[in-house]
Amino acid sequence: MNAESQCVYKPSDFKSDATPIWCPGCGDYHVLLSLTRALAELGLPPERIAVVSGIGCSSRIPAYTNCYGFHGVHGRALPVAAGLKVARPDLTVVVTSGDGDGYSIGGNHFLHACRRNIDLTYIVMDNHIYGMTKGQPSPTTEPDFDTALSPGGTGLRTFNPLVIALASGANLVARAFSGNINETVSIIVEAIRHPGFSFVEVLSPCVTFRPDQKAWKNRVHAAPVGATDDPGRAARRLMTDDGFNLGVLYRGDRHPYQPSVGGGTCDLSEMEKEFEI
Amino acid sequence: MAEASSVSVAFVGSGGAGVLTTGGMLLEAACTAGWNGLLTRSVGPQIRGGEAAAMVRLAAHPLECHTDHFDLVIAVDWLNAHRFAAELPLNSRSLVVSDPLGGAVPDFVTTAGARVIEVPLKQMSKTMPEWRANMIALGAAARLLRMPDDALRTSIAKRFGAKGAAIVSANVSAVEAGAKAVEAQAFEPRLPAPRAHTGKRWLITGNEAAALGALRGGVRFVAAYPITPASEILEWLAPNLPKVGGVLVQAEDELASISMIIGSSYGGTPALTATSGPGLALMIEAIGLATAAEVPIVVIDVMRGGPSTGIPTKSEQGDLNIAVYGLHGDAPHIVVAPQSVTDCLFTTQWATYLAEALQAPALVLSDQFLGQTQAAIEQPPDIAFVGERLKAVEFATPYKRYALGGTGVSPMAIPGTRGGQYTADGLTHTERGIPTSTVADHRAQLDKRRDKLDQFNYGAHWATIQGAGDVAVLTWGSLTGAAREAIAIARADGLEVKLIAPRLLSPPRPKEMAAALANIKRLLVVEQTHSAQFYRYLKAHYELPANTGVLHRAGPLPILPSEIHRALMTGDPA
Repeated sequence: MNAESQCVYKPSDFKSDATPIWCPGCGDYHVLLSLTRALAELGLPPERIAVVSGIGCSSRIPAYTNCYGFHGVHGRALPVAAGLKVARPDLTVVVTSGDGDGYSIGGNHFLHACRRNIDLTYIVMDNHIYGMTKGQPSPTTEPDFDTALSPGGTGLRTFNPLVIALASGANLVARAFSGNINETVSIIVEAIRHPGFSFVEVLSPCVTFRPDQKAWKNRVHAAPVGATDDPGRAARRLMTDDGFNLGVLYRGDRHPYQPSVGGGTCDLSEMEKEFEI
Repeated sequence: MAEASSVSVAFVGSGGAGVLTTGGMLLEAACTAGWNGLLTRSVGPQIRGGEAAAMVRLAAHPLECHTDHFDLVIAVDWLNAHRFAAELPLNSRSLVVSDPLGGAVPDFVTTAGARVIEVPLKQMSKTMPEWRANMIALGAAARLLRMPDDALRTSIAKRFGAKGAAIVSANVSAVEAGAKAVEAQAFEPRLPAPRAHTGKRWLITGNEAAALGALRGGVRFVAAYPITPASEILEWLAPNLPKVGGVLVQAEDELASISMIIGSSYGGTPALTATSGPGLALMIEAIGLATAAEVPIVVIDVMRGGPSTGIPTKSEQGDLNIAVYGLHGDAPHIVVAPQSVTDCLFTTQWATYLAEALQAPALVLSDQFLGQTQAAIEQPPDIAFVGERLKAVEFATPYKRYALGGTGVSPMAIPGTRGGQYTADGLTHTERGIPTSTVADHRAQLDKRRDKLDQFNYGAHWATIQGAGDVAVLTWGSLTGAAREAIAIARADGLEVKLIAPRLLSPPRPKEMAAALANIKRLLVVEQTHSAQFYRYLKAHYELPANTGVLHRAGPLPILPSEIHRALMTGDPA
């Protein structure tokens, strides 16, 4: 054990005094609890951790932690986190998002964050609905789910974020269920420890707009086989499973992207010589 | 022979013919010989095979703009050259060197009554291996301008030295052949003798100068998304940032590049991105976030013709409105505009300093003319503007990141600092950064963000104010140089004109502007926009004299000193 992990932290050391705005019964409470437990288990001092988010119910998490937080604009949590981590590789950076923020408005950043493979942990609380704006369909909403904005359903096939993460180069891909706290804690711990871009999709029910998701607790189950290091195999499994396989599903060994910072000591006047007449 | 105060030369050819290289080498040789000058480039949207022109103006004194005619045009070919007709004003004293194999001499040349001579550049280039028509054109131009041979040789050695002695000597002989081909030709305008220079001089573009200014100001993180005409800023920084311990990341789009620099700066590393109008439009939402969360960032907008894709390769000042007013909500931020190629360095450095000092986004409104013009300048002194933000090191419990009071600038905790944990938020927040929607908190934080910018002492840098008299030109950005030259011509005519050019566009400086305009009876506003954006901005924030005229025009044709001079003398800006 190193000096840092000898320092004993409790989950409450990572919680702020702010009261969440979430509805009673929201899955995100459990994700917050799992995150603070994971951080305590990792033994990282709160000031060495940054939690970055965009907009939506799940994006409220940074202010509920006692870490450094950044609550930005809709869909842009990943590039904010990328800039932070590249400039400050000494920090542990966790990004939190939801299915609207992460897969719709932030979809392009998701692809490129996977591809870039910066050492970030991306936790997406997926409830297949826009909760904060009161019940519109997201990219993971089922095609026949009726909403005010999509009477009779969207008719569109759902987005498969885990397969897309694999295709785009994420270095760890996992699925968790908010209600399984111990398992979610251990997945987040592994995701933070794993180098490169770790993607954790957490099925986190929206009890207000998707009361049907209360049944998720009966549907989730451990993945029948362990994680693979073959993204093709992982993708095939994910495209044929029932969407409720839990666990770390893919572990890669790609080298994380981290340009060196702070090393150069060239004098600007040396650089300016190229302009001299 | 007539001594001119400046001589203007253009090289014309299809893209890939090498005329931009030719122009660059002529400027370099002239500067080596002691002259001053500038080079602008005019290119079509094509990558290869389109039209290209290199426009060089030379003088003994430093130059900031073009003048109203070209003395010499050398055409390697005339393919699509008609597209330059408006950009290449000629008169009956102009000399045009034309290659008979390069296509018909276009109408705008013959209509102007310019004297045309034929030199078979292409045919000559085929007589020796490694000869190129553009180098023969360079030799012809240098001879007509009476440029010393050794300056040209220095330029050739610098440009081709790495390719070996054979290539250098082939180019020297090509240049000599070009000189020989025109040695019998009379060319009237003669450059005044070059000046002796005591200090060092640089040959630099505005984009390079802006990039260097960013480094001098302390920028150490840059996020990049390519766009014309700003890419050279990013491309200069990519290899140079790591030399000073910084890093550049290419983003997937401008939404990402602006977000990345916010992330970097939140982490304590001063950060910048550079873009043009379409990119700025995409960045606006996040710039509002930087205002609300009080994260210092610098965004350079190298303006081009707009709206939409517009004319990417040509200049306009049409992004003034979006830069000053584009943010939703009441979002005070800094907007500054460089006034010359040299000033791109200072203004970007100053913007970095202001952003860091005020914990606010700073926009730098450069334009294609400044950004892509290469000019000889005096080596800019290294001034003491290095970005330094007020950091929190000791913390009361609880730490109030957005504490009210004082100058409005509140100490910022940098991640990693124990006891300073807070959440930077785009939601209206309390002093601690906790989301709120109360009337009192909203107003208090809006006041804070306004007051810290309004009450800051920007010093004399807020504007360039030169000269006296009760007539003034009020202009901004890249037109400042043209206005300065117009004022010099007016002075020779006996009219004293004051120059007022604000470098700081936002926040406005009503008191300082009132002082600058105190004795002005007649004002001429000069700007490169279709809808007189600058004039309307001035009307919104300042009291202008009753007798105020506006000389405004959309790009891409630059507004020339002669036009400003005419408007000044006649009192009629139209």
